[in-house]
Amino acid sequence: MLNSGFQGTKINPSRFHRSQLKFYLILIPISLFMVLPVVFIVSQAFKPIDELFRFPPTFIVERPTLANFRHIMRVASGTGVPMSRFLVNTVIVTAVTCFLTIIITAMTAYGLSKKKFKIKNGLLKLNQAALMFVPAAVGIPRYLVIVGSGLNNNFLAHIIPFLAMPVGLFLVKQFVDQVPDELIEAARMDGAGEIKVMWRIVFPLIKPALATVTILTFQAVWGAMESSTMFVEDDTLRTFAFYLGNLAIGGNPVMAGVGAAAGVIMFVPNLVIFIAMQSRVMSTMSHSGIK
Amino acid sequence: MIKTTPYVKQRKSYGDRVRTMGDGMHALFLLLPYGILFSMFIAIPTAIAIFLSFTYFDLVQMPTFAGLNNYIALLTQDGIFFRNVLPNTLQFAIIVGPGGYVISFIMAWILAQIQKVPRTVFALCLFMPSLAPGVFVGTLWVTIFSGNQYGFVNAMLLNWDLIDQPIQFLQSADHIMWVMLLVSLWSAMGLGFLAMLAGILNINEELYEAAYIDGIRNRFQEIIYITIPSVKPQMLFGAVMAIVGAFNAGGIGVALSGANPTPQYAGQLITNHIEDFAFIRYEMGYAAAVSVVLLCMVWVFSKLAYKFFGERES
Repeated sequence: MLNSGFQGTKINPSRFHRSQLKFYLILIPISLFMVLPVVFIVSQAFKPIDELFRFPPTFIVERPTLANFRHIMRVASGTGVPMSRFLVNTVIVTAVTCFLTIIITAMTAYGLSKKKFKIKNGLLKLNQAALMFVPAAVGIPRYLVIVGSGLNNNFLAHIIPFLAMPVGLFLVKQFVDQVPDELIEAARMDGAGEIKVMWRIVFPLIKPALATVTILTFQAVWGAMESSTMFVEDDTLRTFAFYLGNLAIGGNPVMAGVGAAAGVIMFVPNLVIFIAMQSRVMSTMSHSGIK
Repeated sequence: MIKTTPYVKQRKSYGDRVRTMGDGMHALFLLLPYGILFSMFIAIPTAIAIFLSFTYFDLVQMPTFAGLNNYIALLTQDGIFFRNVLPNTLQFAIIVGPGGYVISFIMAWILAQIQKVPRTVFALCLFMPSLAPGVFVGTLWVTIFSGNQYGFVNAMLLNWDLIDQPIQFLQSADHIMWVMLLVSLWSAMGLGFLAMLAGILNINEELYEAAYIDGIRNRFQEIIYITIPSVKPQMLFGAVMAIVGAFNAGGIGVALSGANPTPQYAGQLITNHIEDFAFIRYEMGYAAAVSVVLLCMVWVFSKLAYKFFGERES
């Protein structure tokens, strides 16, 4: 290295140095602020009823029990639909949505990145503008579109509105840009058709970006209540998030433990999937820049 | 400004033209599914919102044309909008948007200065709140700030004899806003934060070495002259995500207080105002006008972000 002054300012250092201590002094309290509320609610989920009402409250559960989770498994919705039905609905919705989003996003990103056609720049700008899209602003028109297309009270209402994700397309398209054109040309020379090029050359190279899209879709769909409250009236077509959300709402202290348990069930899959795929997410995000 | 892969226009040979036509057909098939879905659930709803904002519509009868009346009513008669919703939204959006964004950048920069393993652990801690679904966020903070002795904060304050009566954090107009800000900043480190972290880690180290030879002296100069210019594209992505997140986060006040409108409209944000008119009063045309105002606000803020971080057109 050049001089001792430079050593200290290295990004991504490989060794610990005393000068890094000050960063830990900032990171540790902020991380505690981020994590402690989660620890508290997880601990709340395992508390038996008497401990939930103890004064002063315990931060960490003393006599953990699965009673709150068992309560969720046992009770049914107001109309007598069992919990398992909601869970099956959600698993199907989440799996199908993730799968279709990956295919659609990858196809579109490939088209926008590697094909030459007239309105390409316009479409890219349109999608970039859609990054600013605020779904909350168009709740009613979306509902009207759902009704107009006959999707309301249909299982597909959980899936179809979530398939077009501008952020996902943006990230994947940036990644496809990195795939060298020569590679695709070479495959064509060898007689590979369009589908084969995508399947054999492009998809394997953009896996990290597709993993990121999977996570984003999973998060959006797994926790979505909007489609169940607005687009569907038949209770048997509603999802797990809706069921758990209704358990959690109300601020009824008796339900506090059950609500916490419901929250934990919603949270854990997101966390596990993110941890499993975090290095892929990071490599996608390094190509996320808007130029 | 936005710059995308340059599409170089040049005179084409016959073969090239046939090729481009083939490309065009392929592209059409590749883009069709996304195009249809994008139109149905993003473009057309936006167009309908703009259209409805010029009508009276109650979801039962067909919309009737109202000209600019909804906008005029919004500007002249909606006291709640001007007294509460607009100031609340701006305060909330500025603190959570740019505020959360600056914190994200600082945190990303700090994380880049430490070793890989602790960095991954801390990054996960900071990002964790963004992984929490809305239901979880609501339950969590209601449990902590609940206005009776079972709320964790109240219980602790009562236990230490700092207060005699539980404080109505979530039901009082004096407190709801800062709880909302706290909760939103708690979950502000999302995709943009990860983008900036990845961007900073990817800066070529030789840039720093060169800069030190050229005479920069300290970390502050390093951030100004090397880090920020190098991660500008990621910072722009992060800025757009932060702005959208801040304006989209209307649910939190209602989730915390358990009611729309929030206590004395103290936590009322523009998205709650839309829901209030749309689903409680069924004044869809008026709600749509408020939606259009929201979309314009997001657009103006994003334009500012593009001005700051976008690459200048050469």
